[in-house]
Amino acid sequence: MLEIAIGIIIGCCALGAGIAAIAGIGPGIGEGNAVASACEAVGRQPESRSAVTSTMLMGCAVAETTGIYALFIAIMLIFVAPNMFVNVLLRAIASVG
Amino acid sequence: MLMNDKTKFRVIDILLLAGVILPVAAAMAIKILFTPLEEGIAVHGARIFFTVPMPVQDLPITESQVNSWLLIVSIFFLCLYMTHGTKEKADTRRQHICEWIVEKTDGLVADNMGEFFMGFSPFVGAVLALSAFSSLMSLLGVYAPTSDINIIAGWAVLVFLLITYYKMKCGPLHYLKSFTEPVAVMLPMNIISEIATPVSMSFRHYGNVMSGSIISILIASALQGLSKLVLGWLPGFLGEIPFLQVGLPAVLSVYFDVFSGMLQAFIFAMLTMMYVAGAFPADDYAARQARKRKKNV
Repeated sequence: MLEIAIGIIIGCCALGAGIAAIAGIGPGIGEGNAVASACEAVGRQPESRSAVTSTMLMGCAVAETTGIYALFIAIMLIFVAPNMFVNVLLRAIASVG
Repeated sequence: MLMNDKTKFRVIDILLLAGVILPVAAAMAIKILFTPLEEGIAVHGARIFFTVPMPVQDLPITESQVNSWLLIVSIFFLCLYMTHGTKEKADTRRQHICEWIVEKTDGLVADNMGEFFMGFSPFVGAVLALSAFSSLMSLLGVYAPTSDINIIAGWAVLVFLLITYYKMKCGPLHYLKSFTEPVAVMLPMNIISEIATPVSMSFRHYGNVMSGSIISILIASALQGLSKLVLGWLPGFLGEIPFLQVGLPAVLSVYFDVFSGMLQAFIFAMLTMMYVAGAFPADDYAARQARKRKKNV
């Protein structure tokens, strides 16, 4: 019984990490838009290339934040959460039994 | 006097260079001494060397803290080395490089923050150098302090304190009132956005560096398995060597360690400048100063 419970915990943590990574879609589209606009701007005014590039990198980094949050959740779910939840389960069993 | 001036200069130079190199070498030595032999390629957090008992909570001394302090010492000696023998008129290569760095940092601060904040230039330069060199430390094989959230969170809290200080330039009441703008209903939202600043700053930098190192480790271990599968038939010890690991991890390291680390250092410094400059209520401050002057006269 305990094995099944631990298996469910680990499997659900892995599933959750995978689902959290779906959030990568948003920053991907957003950064793509930003880079497309930057390319257009450079095409229109090639002399402003360096300023546009640094602004674009800045904007990309800020747009990336939500993706990084999702990544952080995924990392926590893979490396930290299983241990924590299994410990909670074992403690609950010990307190009951 | 045993030595003439030139030899003395050289000797001090060598001592300062030793101060630059020795802390980094010490970090590598600590890494080699404390890594267990049987550990292969594995994803792990910062290693805890020992814990100091404290009244509220035990204080763990981790790999990232030690590396961070060693790096601070190293950068300190690097600055001393670069500015050693500075003359009024630049004639050495070293001084030209120094002046270029200072001019660039000053220009960056002047462009992004304005003349009022010129005193911030050393701070911004320090943040840039510390962040960039911390990320570059992973090139030497030691644990990069920037892939531990605690280090970056410390920097972000520092920036948060600076932001709050500059928001309070017009007095604490003005600061408290700014939470209820544009309407009083926005109070919870404003408080959340205030807290979100250091959180997003630290998570952004940490997430980028950490994800880079995790992807590098995963690919390195995958290549190890693949080369065992493909080249395992080679006789003797040749079959043990993961030949496929040559090449690809190095290319990835150029992106994840060098480019990403430099970019995040630049972005952290840029955001520091923008948040601090944006937090300062310039118009209200000028009005307040004018009122004060009128009162005194």
